[in-house]
Amino acid sequence: MLGYQSSLVMYDEEYQRIVEIADKLLRESNAKAVFLVDRNGQLIAATGETEHLDTTSLASLTAGNIAATGGLAKLIGEKEFSILFHEGEKDNIHISIVGGRVILVVIFDQRSSLGLVRLRVKKGSEDFDRTMEELDRKSAEEAGSGGPQNPFAEITDDDIDNLFR
Amino acid sequence: MAFINYAAREINCKIVYYGPGLCGKTTNLQMIYQRTSPDARGKMISLATETERTLFFDFLPLALGDIRGFKTRFHLYTVPGQVFYDASRKLILKGVDGVVFVADSQEERLDANIESLENLKDNLEEQGYDLEKIPFVIQYNKRDLPNQSPLDELQELLNPDQVPEFEACALTGEGVFETLKAVAKQILIELKKGRR
Ligand SMILES: Nc1nc2c(ncn2[C@@H]2O[C@H](COP(=O)(O)OP(=O)(O)OP(=O)(O)O)[C@@H](O)[C@H]2O)c(=O)[nH]1
Ligand SMILES: [Mg+2]
Repeated sequence: MLGYQSSLVMYDEEYQRIVEIADKLLRESNAKAVFLVDRNGQLIAATGETEHLDTTSLASLTAGNIAATGGLAKLIGEKEFSILFHEGEKDNIHISIVGGRVILVVIFDQRSSLGLVRLRVKKGSEDFDRTMEELDRKSAEEAGSGGPQNPFAEITDDDIDNLFR
Repeated sequence: MAFINYAAREINCKIVYYGPGLCGKTTNLQMIYQRTSPDARGKMISLATETERTLFFDFLPLALGDIRGFKTRFHLYTVPGQVFYDASRKLILKGVDGVVFVADSQEERLDANIESLENLKDNLEEQGYDLEKIPFVIQYNKRDLPNQSPLDELQELLNPDQVPEFEACALTGEGVFETLKAVAKQILIELKKGRR
């Protein structure tokens, strides 16, 4: 049985790639904002009109939402609901699961439409998924090779104490 | 499951506060929120019932500082302690990096503490975690109240493995940061050992 589970790791190259895909999705779907969130509620990337949004809260609540509906799905014998859509008076939110493990959030208003968002999300998801797979390969390799730069390999008690000053 | 982001030079860890109903999990987070400077904390989210009982979770993001050039963030969650919310508790444990068990020191809550701790072990096991192998600390809360279980009884029943333990009064903040610090420290030490 596992004790500590392996971490999700993000590198520069894949991060740039993810932001590119998110930007493209944002443009082509006429959306206001696009987010990529890990299933545990941690924000991976955000693009678009994000300055007035609490992106950390958004990530945590999205993951909670997906987790809760996933629980509901199991109760009725479904594997999961891979798309959630919430319609507001002005803004709408489209949430989907990419490759089973990351969550894609698109926020849009009347300048776009559900149909368009759906269509673009489908394409974007494939690109995201490919990048995430690349990421997996890379972090498996790095872990195998002992990992060139575990930034925490050298931390001391003092480092930790300093955090709580 | 920590999230190490080399692109943003950030590391995110998830800490879950677990324990029986009304033991003071939400109060721990509220106290941490109040006593952390605004630039080191995000918004606290509480999904609660009308009577202030946790319905799904509380969430508090903290960004305490840098370690070796990496911004170190902790995402604090509480579970709903009431017995019938077990499905929600399982969801919140997903991807956890460290657990704080908040015990209610009042004598009449002794059974509730034991039951909740068993429930924690079961729920972790279901997800392939072993409580003995993950960062874990215990807080004996409500030490200010008169009808206490003696400390050695609590220790014997709740902490046979002698993980780090703290007496606390979450209402006044006593012991709250010591508890958080201890679990955070264990998590960072795990990270230091490296990913498996
Ligand atoms: N006297 C005393 N009261 C406390 C202490 N900590 C919490 N309380 C009170 O206990 C009650 C329950 O606290 P919460 O923090 O909401 O408990 P919880 O564990 O989040 O409960 P659930 O959400 O139902 O699981 C509140 O009225 C708190 O003010 C303490 O150290 N001493
Ligand atoms: Mg609560």
